[in-house]
Amino acid sequence: MKKALFGPSLTPYLLLAPQMAIVAIFFLWPSAEAVRSSFHIEDPFFGTATFVGTDNYVDAVTSSTYGRAARFTALFTVVVSVVSLGIALALAVSADAVLRGRATYKTTLMWVYAIAPPVAGLIGSMLFDQHIGPLKEFAALFGWDMRVGFDYADTAIAMMTVAAWKQIPVNFIFFLSGLQGIPNALKEAASIDCRSPVRRFWTVVFPLLAPTSFFLLIINITYALFETFGVVDVMLKGEPGNNPVTLVYKVFLDGFRGQDLGGSSAQSVILMVAVFLLTVIQFRLIERRVHYA
Amino acid sequence: MMTLLEAAARHVEAPVHTPSDRALTLEIDGVVKRYPNGALAVKGVDIQVGQGELVVFVGPSGCGKSTLLRMVAGLEAVSEGEIRIDGRRMNEADPADRDIAMVFQNYALYPHMTVRKNLAYGLQNRKTPKDVIAAKVAEAAAMLQIEEFLDRKPSQLSGGQRQRVAMGRAIVRDPKVFLFDEPLSNLDARLRNQMRLEIRKLQRRLGVSAIYVTHDQVEAMTLADRIVVLNGGLVEQVGTPSEVYARPATTFVASFIGAPAMNLLDAVVDGGRLRVGEAAIPAPAGAPQGPVKAGLRAEKARLVPAGQGLPFALEAVEELGATRLLHGLAAGAPVVVAADAALPLPAGPLSLTADPADLHLFDARQGGRL
Repeated sequence: MKKALFGPSLTPYLLLAPQMAIVAIFFLWPSAEAVRSSFHIEDPFFGTATFVGTDNYVDAVTSSTYGRAARFTALFTVVVSVVSLGIALALAVSADAVLRGRATYKTTLMWVYAIAPPVAGLIGSMLFDQHIGPLKEFAALFGWDMRVGFDYADTAIAMMTVAAWKQIPVNFIFFLSGLQGIPNALKEAASIDCRSPVRRFWTVVFPLLAPTSFFLLIINITYALFETFGVVDVMLKGEPGNNPVTLVYKVFLDGFRGQDLGGSSAQSVILMVAVFLLTVIQFRLIERRVHYA
Repeated sequence: MMTLLEAAARHVEAPVHTPSDRALTLEIDGVVKRYPNGALAVKGVDIQVGQGELVVFVGPSGCGKSTLLRMVAGLEAVSEGEIRIDGRRMNEADPADRDIAMVFQNYALYPHMTVRKNLAYGLQNRKTPKDVIAAKVAEAAAMLQIEEFLDRKPSQLSGGQRQRVAMGRAIVRDPKVFLFDEPLSNLDARLRNQMRLEIRKLQRRLGVSAIYVTHDQVEAMTLADRIVVLNGGLVEQVGTPSEVYARPATTFVASFIGAPAMNLLDAVVDGGRLRVGEAAIPAPAGAPQGPVKAGLRAEKARLVPAGQGLPFALEAVEELGATRLLHGLAAGAPVVVAADAALPLPAGPLSLTADPADLHLFDARQGGRL
């Protein structure tokens, strides 16, 4: 085959331009703007800004509500990721073992994915509703008086449940296709080498799913941190006072409800750095243990 | 405990027995495989494998040979009949409990484990002590010359090396039966010949019974103590390679075993003559009268000057080095004749003839040997 030779030409840059423009307009510019305004106090009414150095950061980090939101966000992210990944994996393993009606099974499990987060939140808040919520009634059977929207812990549990439920289908699809990508002969060889199906799963099947799991872990953490905004917003019913909020939701509250653009920017910069570090750590620590076939 | 190498040493010169004078390791007794849609893959097969014997299942694709092997391994359920290993019924036994080891077509090595772990995995699951595992792995690795690869992953190995690792994984288990499922079909021709010989030597040294499935009749002939020729879910013939070659039981076996395939001609036995079309050659003594299929191996066919046998029209010549294959029409039917390449190519009008003892006669309709 002939090698294609490119002289100095504008073409590659032109082809890259749309992507670069998107990155610049929707990521770089807002990020720079956030960093800039995080060092200022802006007057919400007259648009004048006063440089205040790191005051916004100090205020954010030392405030008790910020600490509370940060702790909740960490817990929320871990619980939502673990629960949705765990349930999705269990469902995918069962669906993979089903021979008849596999397509129906798959579709039934996947449709939840098509629901928009605020709608999921709405369905969730109806399920946990004080007067008509079936899940509240179910909890009441065990003597648990769930007061979603009023009680901090109850709201937290409801939020995590809905957020995890919403994410299960995506995880399920990826796990199922990962499972179906494992050659049959490999599973058969394992069945000759190992009698226990459970042990076989953890020693052969699960390690081969590791690339999928690693990818999903990152996706899920990002989801729990950022994309659950809609779920959180609907379930709080505009009463953030005594209820748990995630950091992203707090950025919104302080910036748009509280009109504290500087403080809100500082929080979002902190969040950005935290996510960046988290991703670096994940790639450094976990990816090393992942086997890509 | 006798180590593998000691066992191997004892069996180096193990002579080939017929199954009657040794203990039976594996019995396949009236086995049927019926799929849920009613299709029959195996239609009632009886095979016995003696201690240390290497039996090759050969046949075209879809003949049921792999299904049969997978039923022995426990990867497919047995619909009818019984499979016994060392006299014990295995139909319901878990694959891990059958005391078998299988070498798969695409090796099926665990890609996330090193070669060492691939070998050790089965033993670890059987709660074998660590020092025993290490010793067995070292022994198998030495036998297969894969010591230097023990800490590599399968993806870093060549096809031939992976093949060895797959063999090693089977060997460390010390099984009653080795099951080979077309293990050489992913290798190139040169490596295939080399590995074929190694598998044979290794199996002899270890003295472990083996079933080897292939669609390649050359592999079947060279490897087997006994060949089982399968077709359409039924056994066509069981016998040593020379028996199957010299006395094929059916026209299917005659045309499947041997390269080039045996020539088969529609003929009629008429008195002491075998008539093919208008011409005739002497028939074997005691041949039943009437229409038959007459079989003749290419290397037993003789070409003589025209007038004494079946008129032969030469159409093409294939040079194979030591021999040459002459393709032509004898009394209108396609025929191959193998001739010594050192002799000059025959010229002028020719006839095809054969020693009556070299003719194989089969039932014209059923295909069974007469």
